[in-house]
Amino acid sequence: MADMVTLKIDQQIVTVPAGTLIVNAARKAGINIPVFCYHPKMEPVGMCRMCLVEVGYPQRDRVTGELVKNEDGTTKISFAPKLETGCTTPVVEGMEVRTTTEKSNEGRKAILEFILTSHPLDCPICDKGGECALQDLTMLHGPGKSRFIYDDKKLFAKHVPLGEMILLDRERCIQCGLCVRFQHEVVDDPVLHFYQRGRSLEIRTYSEPGFDSIFSGNTTDICPVGALTTVDFHFAARPWEMERDPSICAHCAVGCNLIYNIRREAKSGGKTVIKRAMPRQNEFVNELWLCDKGRLGYHYVAAAERLTQPLLRKDEKLVPVSWEEAYQRVEDKLRAEQVRLVTLAGGRLTNEDLFNFHQLNQSQNGKAVLYSQMAGGDLTAQIGLGKGSNFSDMGKGTAILVVASDLHEEAPLWWLRVKQAAQRGAILIVANARPTRLDKFANHVLRYEYGQEAATINALLDGKGKDEFTQAAKAFSEAENGLVIYGSDGLGLNGSEQLVKACAKLLVERGYYGKPNNGLLAVWDKPNIQGAWDMGFHPDRNLKGTLREADVAMIAAADPAGDNPILAQALEETDFVIVFEMFMTETAKMADVVFPVQAQIEREGTYTSGERRVQRFDIVLPHIEGPKSDYQIAAQLGRLMGLSTEDRSPVLVMNKINEKVKGYQEITYSRLAERAEQWPLISRADSYYAGTGYENEYGVGIQISSSADRGEELSLGTLILVEPQEEVATGIKVVPVTALYDRGQLIQPSQILAKRLTPQVLLMHPVLSKKYQLQDGDQIKVKVAGNEIVSGVKLDADVPQDVALVARSNGFPISSPVFVQIQRLVPEPEA
Amino acid sequence: MLKGLFTTLKIALEKPVTTQYPEQRRPVHTRFKGRHTLKRYENGLEKCIGCALCAAACPADAIFVEASENTDEERYSPGERYASTYEINMLRCIFCGFCEDSCPTEAIVLGDQYEMSFGDRHSSIYTKELLLEPVSGDAETTPQKTKPGEFTRSVPVMQDPQD
Ligand code: SF4
Ligand code: SF4
Ligand code: SF4
Ligand code: SF4
Ligand code: FES
Repeated sequence: MADMVTLKIDQQIVTVPAGTLIVNAARKAGINIPVFCYHPKMEPVGMCRMCLVEVGYPQRDRVTGELVKNEDGTTKISFAPKLETGCTTPVVEGMEVRTTTEKSNEGRKAILEFILTSHPLDCPICDKGGECALQDLTMLHGPGKSRFIYDDKKLFAKHVPLGEMILLDRERCIQCGLCVRFQHEVVDDPVLHFYQRGRSLEIRTYSEPGFDSIFSGNTTDICPVGALTTVDFHFAARPWEMERDPSICAHCAVGCNLIYNIRREAKSGGKTVIKRAMPRQNEFVNELWLCDKGRLGYHYVAAAERLTQPLLRKDEKLVPVSWEEAYQRVEDKLRAEQVRLVTLAGGRLTNEDLFNFHQLNQSQNGKAVLYSQMAGGDLTAQIGLGKGSNFSDMGKGTAILVVASDLHEEAPLWWLRVKQAAQRGAILIVANARPTRLDKFANHVLRYEYGQEAATINALLDGKGKDEFTQAAKAFSEAENGLVIYGSDGLGLNGSEQLVKACAKLLVERGYYGKPNNGLLAVWDKPNIQGAWDMGFHPDRNLKGTLREADVAMIAAADPAGDNPILAQALEETDFVIVFEMFMTETAKMADVVFPVQAQIEREGTYTSGERRVQRFDIVLPHIEGPKSDYQIAAQLGRLMGLSTEDRSPVLVMNKINEKVKGYQEITYSRLAERAEQWPLISRADSYYAGTGYENEYGVGIQISSSADRGEELSLGTLILVEPQEEVATGIKVVPVTALYDRGQLIQPSQILAKRLTPQVLLMHPVLSKKYQLQDGDQIKVKVAGNEIVSGVKLDADVPQDVALVARSNGFPISSPVFVQIQRLVPEPEA
Repeated sequence: MLKGLFTTLKIALEKPVTTQYPEQRRPVHTRFKGRHTLKRYENGLEKCIGCALCAAACPADAIFVEASENTDEERYSPGERYASTYEINMLRCIFCGFCEDSCPTEAIVLGDQYEMSFGDRHSSIYTKELLLEPVSGDAETTPQKTKPGEFTRSVPVMQDPQD
């Protein structure tokens, strides 16, 4: 326990840990000291002087060092003659702070008058107007009139795009430096800088493309004025006109909490639409931040081509039919004797959907397959991150091993939080085949060749091998807490399985499991892969064969045919295909029955994040006419088959899940809505303290316990590794990696990100490209698994010399490492 | 009874006080609050900048505003922002004038017009086209093509109200 300090703020006695700053101590006591340049997640700089307060220190006798007493026996407090900044001054025992005296009020008034000298006061057209710290504080503390001469106001450019996503209004900037500091200190993308000094100061971006950061949207939340705003929300609505609906980001396994602001508008033909996404505080998950994919990647909901009616194949054509007819058809198929059923589910489904699908599948003795290229969900359920883990608690004494993951691209918020843990003193070991953004913060960087992931972890376990390995192995084994984060950089399902076994072995041998801040963490590729494992779905190494042999395949939230031509061929051999989809995907086109389903934002449900935190999300937009939720359709099919599946509400499905599924005993919707005490104490009512993010009124979710936490016996299976077979093939080895801005179905409709999408290229080392006489920017024809694709070439001296890298979901059908033949395309001479 | 009849007779011979509306119309008071108009500047640009403060101030929730961005190619109002949708539901409006008070550009003004009738609820919603006053003189109507850098400010310098 840290030393506590007791002080008096405005007649209130407050006890806080030593080292707390006055503003925070006051905040804890419910007293708000106005700030501009201070943010609870950053180091104070004392630049704006808005937080001036009167500070008195207990007086000591110079000779004896004793506290001087007043006549009545109380300690004599001597106040400094000048005001002090509450954001930089730490508390001292016996201190007395006055925040509402005449003197401090005068101070605030003067600072505001000064800050407003060149402010344009165009609140009416400012996107921040209504949730602006400067507006609020001027109303609270500002002078009614300015003594400065109006005509001396400086005029600056008002519409400066910093990249495609963020707009700068130079006149509104109050030079608090928060944006610059956020980019430098918090997210390590130092792309913003101050340029010039004094009244001419301006914020500039020095990156190409401008403001090149995947966290750029957060600066618009913390900017205390409307100087930084998103292009996405530019003139879209006024903050008070919108309603708020809580949700969970569905773009990765972190599960960031957010709020969608919605509004009914004429522009959209009277429909209710999402106007913006804002972070919702959850100090266990995303703190106060969102990455830009989460913030800007909601536009897919407005995509027009949604399916609205069940479709049935009649005479080789899919025709709209009634729900009853479609159900009937499926029932007939399922009732036929000895059908081999396969249920293929994607990680976008909610726990409730997956549970109902699994029930239905089980009743027919079907095979429940998870559409994912990562293994290990059974292991994370047993020795995964212990209940009560929080990256924010990790620091000295914790060793974090990140293997085969480019966290910055795969799970941006985890990258941020791991980085911060490392900065707090955690031992960070990064093992990857190529450099990643985490290397900079690592104590040990280990390199291996693609394909050697598991072997690398084994070497760490043995502590033998190269110098770097022994050191890292030592550091890892000597820590108090240890966790291993594994991703899918360059891995397919086979490789992933090998890797996760090795990781599990390492953790078990070192005893890092079954306690908070210890265990295994998977960087899943979809938001609810962990939930899918928990509900009984597992990936299938021979998906092709499984689909081919199935009589009936139920495919939900997955597009195997669109992702991979081989799987499309396999599906052609499946007798009967039932697809649950929002859009007419390639798989849906091949189906015999297609059920239209609702989007995540149109329905309720729960996701289990990678950290195994179950979080619920609410209905954000009214669903469009026609589609139903997956869980409903599955339940109704189940009922036709004589099961008692629940089709009324996900709440009731969850009540069944918590009876049946291990680890979910304590999960109910009402418990998921429980709030938790969080620091910093943020509030929309005083957004000057920590920006315009929303406080969490909707519940922080529950982290479920692992088997090890519960003290159950573990069944990890054999953790012995099979030596990977040497592949005999010719051509270039291509491995899949994850890119944040890929060309996935959910991200493409966000026009604003169009320019930032990952280029469709093979990433090669110059040495490799030389071998094939390729140059940067060349176009090539790639032969992969009997198909031909045209792709670009990009050179990168950082990637390994013998393999080419290609992004997943980016137009190149790849799920695991493959060998391809390439041929250079000669550009046609221009006519 | 005679007395009563006499009174009737007396009144009947007096000059009638009834105004023969609609042939005769009484002038309205200076501060009368009738149907709104959206004003223009002399150069034809719209005063309204689509800030929706009127909608926020309206106690009857009668106003609906949506904003869009001006360009120099297609300029509706000075500055960056203009109202691409502006609607007032006259059935909801209580003619309190708060919208006029709250407008930072004096764009929305309650006028003299009080004759409004609608056959259905839909036509009680006055759109921007109905509310916007016609351009005066030889000024060009909106959108206008303007020189870059000419109209960069949205909110004009305001004087304290005189009357
Ligand atoms: S930044 Fe704030 S004070 Fe400045 S114009 Fe915008 S809303 Fe008004
Ligand atoms: S742009 Fe905003 S956050 Fe950045 S220095 Fe200016 S006022 Fe502060
Ligand atoms: S006059 Fe009053 S009620 Fe009518 S639109 Fe204006 S603010 Fe609303
Ligand atoms: S009429 Fe005035 S208050 Fe209303 S949107 Fe236009 S400028 Fe704003
Ligand atoms: S100086 Fe304290 S908040 Fe800016």
